[in-house]
Amino acid sequence: MSAGLYNMSRSDTDKSFDPTRLCAYGDTMNDSKVQLSFTLPVRNDDKGAEAARQLAKKMGIPEPSVVHRQTLDKEFTFYIVYGACAYSVDYTAIHVQDAETETMEMEEVNEYIRRNIGRKVVVVGASTGTDAHTVGIDAVINRKGFAGRYGLERYDMIEAYNLGSQVPNEEFVEKAVELNADVLLVSQTVTQKDIHIRNLTELVELLEAEGLRSRFILCCGGARITHELAKELGYDAGFGAGKYADDVAAFAVTEMVRRNIK
Amino acid sequence: MNSKLNLNQELIGRARESARKVADDTQIFIDRHTTVAVERAVCRLLGIDGVNGVDVPLPNVAVEHLCDRGLISQGAAFYIGSAMAETGLSPQQIAEKIDSGELDLSRLPIHDRSAIEKAVMPSVEAALARIRGNVQKRREYLGRFGDKEGPYLYVIVATGNIYEDIVQAKAAAKQGADIIAVIRTTGQSLLDYVPYGATTEGFGGTYATQENFRLMRAALDETGEELGRYIRLCNYCSGLCMPEIAAMGAFERLDVMLNDALYGILFRDINMKRTIVDQYFSRVINAFAGVIINTGEDNYLTTADAVEEAHTVLASQFLNEQFALKAGLPEEQQGLGHAFEISPDVENGFLFELAQAQMVREIFPKAPLKYMPPTKFMTGNIFRGHVQDALFNMVTIMSGQKLHLLGMLTEAIHTPFMSDRALAIENAQYIFRTMKDLGGELVFKDGGIMQQRADEVLTKACLLLEEIEELKLFGTLERGIFANIKRPQNGGKGLSGVIQKGDHYFNPFIDLMKGGERK
Repeated sequence: MSAGLYNMSRSDTDKSFDPTRLCAYGDTMNDSKVQLSFTLPVRNDDKGAEAARQLAKKMGIPEPSVVHRQTLDKEFTFYIVYGACAYSVDYTAIHVQDAETETMEMEEVNEYIRRNIGRKVVVVGASTGTDAHTVGIDAVINRKGFAGRYGLERYDMIEAYNLGSQVPNEEFVEKAVELNADVLLVSQTVTQKDIHIRNLTELVELLEAEGLRSRFILCCGGARITHELAKELGYDAGFGAGKYADDVAAFAVTEMVRRNIK
Repeated sequence: MNSKLNLNQELIGRARESARKVADDTQIFIDRHTTVAVERAVCRLLGIDGVNGVDVPLPNVAVEHLCDRGLISQGAAFYIGSAMAETGLSPQQIAEKIDSGELDLSRLPIHDRSAIEKAVMPSVEAALARIRGNVQKRREYLGRFGDKEGPYLYVIVATGNIYEDIVQAKAAAKQGADIIAVIRTTGQSLLDYVPYGATTEGFGGTYATQENFRLMRAALDETGEELGRYIRLCNYCSGLCMPEIAAMGAFERLDVMLNDALYGILFRDINMKRTIVDQYFSRVINAFAGVIINTGEDNYLTTADAVEEAHTVLASQFLNEQFALKAGLPEEQQGLGHAFEISPDVENGFLFELAQAQMVREIFPKAPLKYMPPTKFMTGNIFRGHVQDALFNMVTIMSGQKLHLLGMLTEAIHTPFMSDRALAIENAQYIFRTMKDLGGELVFKDGGIMQQRADEVLTKACLLLEEIEELKLFGTLERGIFANIKRPQNGGKGLSGVIQKGDHYFNPFIDLMKGGERK
């Protein structure tokens, strides 16, 4: 079962780092080691384990080790698999779209707004659709902020409204118009069956249908959001894990100035 | 139980007394009002069920009929009873004829109170008998299989499809789960009706319908027989239909219901008058049906800070206790809620969690406390998440929590996979087995960090309750004292469904259910 954990047969592998052939790292350069776990709807026996192995092979792990298997129910078994992944990627050819703005700190943002916009910027945020989690939007908007970065409520030159969770898109847009928002922030934290994509798309369609899209800087955020995905869905920017209130604020205000919104 | 925290008993007494006065004062408002949801629950208890041609539930049809004609203030039982006396029809037949337009209750003669009672009592008795039968059946199961000592492992299923939920629930029960909660679909709490029939579509959860309750109950009974354990079923008695869902749960032998006095007001922006009247009748029903309620204080800590706002959780528990007692719900059925939500970055955070859990245990000694796992500081790092859940499990076993909602390592990512649940159960069972009697072996240091922490939280809770006593409940909610959320007295959803009771108001269930006969 444990063949491949200490794979002696691959001692000839080139151990130098080659960014054009980047592969996973276990404890040795280019060993390609990965871990995965999944459940199969079959009984826990040798046939099931072989099925797990074959599935892992098709995922690009030529010699997978099923290191653990556990019965979840009569016809359901959980597998943990280790192995070396056959694929590599060319790191030098990767270009990631990031919300390309230099990050400014809170006071710099305030100063930037005073100088370039000359009035308070109105930000309206919510966790929209079915999402009941407010962790993301709270981290960005609430005074306290997150990880030592203050939330937008603390910014002198920003007027921030946190509408909370499970806000329907229609209500969100209505409120944005009512509050005369400059910037809309949409948070999607926990989602099921990719409903966040549908929900984010629906908001864009709604704004376009009402002829409001160009009026707002539209941003989305959440653990599974990337800037690239956000752009694809018609947002101005997307903020994933590791982005904070100051990142969002810096992007929003520079974008406002770029678009000449005053 | 020996006190580990050396709590100031005088403060506990003062806090409880303030909470009692708040509940007394609020009860005056409750006793003078009914709501459309209360009256729909009365209709359901009288046996009205089903939907019309456009999927409107017949309890809604009947109550809207009475509202439109300005009759609702006397209560649905008054007019339906009177119509029964007049026509000899059953409540269900009356509702059907209202729907088809054959019957207009404003055009029937009004019978006197004794004739109404005589007509309606057989239907009332039938409902009570059915619920008593369920209580009896639960007792038989527990007698036969025995009840679990120590914490109940409480897990959630949430696929949106009741049939898929059943697959997951059965697997979870076999892995060791004691309570299965079927999470409701997002947004159901804001529907002013309860959907009908078995459902297979939902987001983040599955519709609470009576048929779904029945299907899951039957599945868990079947699996329970196989395993020789009684598997408890939990659902959500909150939102705009609290008493209706309580009635449905009582009919289908649910064992646990989320049923907080304030949750809907704070977290779903439901009007405070509406919720406070609805929670009362829902708790009367839950009390009668032997259902353990869960209160929702854990939710405060998802928006407010768990270290700074810990006293608001305790204050709310005191309030929930008093509101529950008002509805005749005994302490043994009060699953007061709290949660393990202190940031992992806080030094000695675990000590604060343990102190809080032990404090709640000592202040509410008979309550089957509901303890919620970390959610706010769970991240995509599932490996750390599994450790956070382990610490949470330790607090439960050391401080005697009862309804232990299992934390999932993938909390911040998705609704649980089958394997996530199995890993969570394995984690808890391991800790509960190897640390079973650790709590009994430990004494907390006199005047140490944990005793000081508990004293600080209790003192602040006591002061807060004295402030609430001054402000009264509605005034408190207007000021954002709980969970930092402010709610206006006449704002929120469902206010139009609150009605002042008329002189002849009639609801036969409250007295009979509160009269007990549960034993």
